Amino acid sequence: MTAQEIHDILKSQFGEAILEAKLENVPDPFIKIQTEKIKEVAEFTKSDDRLQFDYLMCLSGVDYKGKLGITYHLYSMTHRHKIVLKIEVPTETPNVPSVESVWKTANWHEREAYDLFGFNFVGHPDQRRILLPEDWEGHPLRKDYQTPEFYNGMKVPY
Amino acid sequence: MGLLDQKFENSNIVVTTMDNLLNWARLSSLYQMQFGLACCAIEMMAASASNFDMMRFGVIPRATPRQCDVMIVSGTVTLKMASRIKRLYDQMPEPRYVISMGSCSNCGGPYWEHGYHVLKGVDRVIPVDVYVPGCPPRPEALLEGLIKLQEKIRNETMVKKKAV
Amino acid sequence: MTETHLHAIKTSTGRTLRTEEMVVNMGPQHPSTHGVLRLEVVLDGEIVVDVIPHLGYLHRCFEKHCEHMTSYQQVIPYVDRMDYVAAMTNEHAFVVAAEKLLKIEVPERVHYIRIIMAELQRIASHLIAIGTFGIDMGAFTPFLYYFRDREKILELFEMTCGARLLYNYIWIGGLSHDIPPQFVERTKEFCTDFKKTLKEVNDLLNYNEIFIKRTANVGILPKDLAINYACSGPMLRGSGVDFDLRRDDPYTLYNKFEWDVIVGKGEMGTVGDVWDRNIVRQREMWESLRIIEQAIATLPEGDVQKAVPKRIRPVPGDAYGRVEGPRGELGFYIVAEDSVTPYRIKARAPAFVNLSVINEISKGAMLADLVAIMGSIDIVLGEVDR
Repeated sequence: MTAQEIHDILKSQFGEAILEAKLENVPDPFIKIQTEKIKEVAEFTKSDDRLQFDYLMCLSGVDYKGKLGITYHLYSMTHRHKIVLKIEVPTETPNVPSVESVWKTANWHEREAYDLFGFNFVGHPDQRRILLPEDWEGHPLRKDYQTPEFYNGMKVPY
Repeated sequence: MGLLDQKFENSNIVVTTMDNLLNWARLSSLYQMQFGLACCAIEMMAASASNFDMMRFGVIPRATPRQCDVMIVSGTVTLKMASRIKRLYDQMPEPRYVISMGSCSNCGGPYWEHGYHVLKGVDRVIPVDVYVPGCPPRPEALLEGLIKLQEKIRNETMVKKKAV
Repeated sequence: MTETHLHAIKTSTGRTLRTEEMVVNMGPQHPSTHGVLRLEVVLDGEIVVDVIPHLGYLHRCFEKHCEHMTSYQQVIPYVDRMDYVAAMTNEHAFVVAAEKLLKIEVPERVHYIRIIMAELQRIASHLIAIGTFGIDMGAFTPFLYYFRDREKILELFEMTCGARLLYNYIWIGGLSHDIPPQFVERTKEFCTDFKKTLKEVNDLLNYNEIFIKRTANVGILPKDLAINYACSGPMLRGSGVDFDLRRDDPYTLYNKFEWDVIVGKGEMGTVGDVWDRNIVRQREMWESLRIIEQAIATLPEGDVQKAVPKRIRPVPGDAYGRVEGPRGELGFYIVAEDSVTPYRIKARAPAFVNLSVINEISKGAMLADLVAIMGSIDIVLGEVDR
């Protein structure tokens, strides 16, 4: 199924929640979704017979300076087609509905995004830091992050 | 017994110093802590596998720090790992030695500038005897580091240091 | 299974013994965690009740470093150090993503050499995977046999680019330089020699009674769970899913060659057990050899540096490129702004994703089986933590 057809199905189902789409002349066609609706869209794309996106390839957080974004790369094992979903949230209130209940693999990806970007995944069962120590301060992949001078008495900069 | 085998007429006595004897014994059976961190650990594995055979130097990997003489810090030491390395080092019985293998554990390596979670040199938490440069060092380089450590052990003494 | 074991035990005199769960820490320094992974294992006697993996002991800030490079080419050495067992594959994956973003067409010869390198690297990586897995299962000989042959592959790489482990060989738009003249001959020799070892170790390890007893019917990963957890590579194929990116989402020129996708069939037990995952790796090496032989035989001429761009400044946008690495789907998500520095690079590490399923498949297993399960996932901590 082409990206245009996938977009049409989502548009007819969710209407207003589909904010923007770029389907041609880009390496990966993407559809921008309203943040609040992402979980419903995810559930629909997985359960709908025409789409059947059962495989979440990747979930990446991005800091767009002033707002944060998440990119979902979806793939369907049955139909062998793919699509990219994107959402954006303000940096001050980075609340995103968790898609962990849709694709289990999102669990660790979301924990990583929380760890490195500071998203708050609403409905995530186990939102803890995954890579950095529990007592680490700040979220390093934010563009305004400052490396600390010391951590537990160890000097961090060279 | 190698060169001395069946060469004596009667029972025999070898005269040497206690230092020489003990140092020779210690340097010929350096038990290594089986403990890999990153890329260098693969080269360390290669060094102890078929082609390079580190065991001919008496270096045998042991899984517990209690039985080890030498710790090869093979790879990037992160801040999360640093306290664990310190603890493992503390658990080793004395005399103990540390070989810092690879640029990362020497000084942070390629991660020295933006590595917010990388310890810039394992010598910030534990003392290091031999530094092996390279990213990663070849197994030959690690063997060279081991021989350097053996030289160091050979020249150690148990004599009490006199005040200057 | 666990509930029955949690019941209080009655002694012969009728007294009830109180039993309770025990928490055991495996790692970060443990011979069979393949690096610095820490597992918090909740045990009921010998039975695993819960496994909580703790990662990050090797978090080297790869993604932050990418945002500070002065060129896209500079990312490649860091990509090497991510999955240090299969550095060529990492370069390949990054380059596939970057070329997708930059819309670069590379000459055919480059594609062929990349395929040869990637497949040699796959063999080298599987050799380590099976060798160390053998050690975990108490078989030391395969380790020595396989490392001997891995050195031969490393010699080929060394001949090509001077490095044994981390190569910086595959560049965006081409290669750092062409293969040396003797390479083709030596690779052919390697292929012939290696087939003997493969057969030898296959007989020695995989059909060994003790090995089968330890691996069959252990750590079963069902098909739907594997897909839901987005497992990939031998992990997914071991569960009976016929999916390989080289065939199903072709990149480079894999569709030009003839080879088969290996799928676990549950020969010794259930589909998706530890034995299946191991045998998929074992048989994949034969297929890799087939690809290498075909590619070597039909290697076209050409200039490998022709399409290497002098200066890389992409159009703002993003691209996700993925390849089938030895551990599974290795993807790079690149976000570019109008600059020579990458804005954001996210690595989709197969080992990271595959490891997340460990809790599901090891519940109810024995503690010793946990080691088998860990070995069969074939994690590389550099990639898990990045």
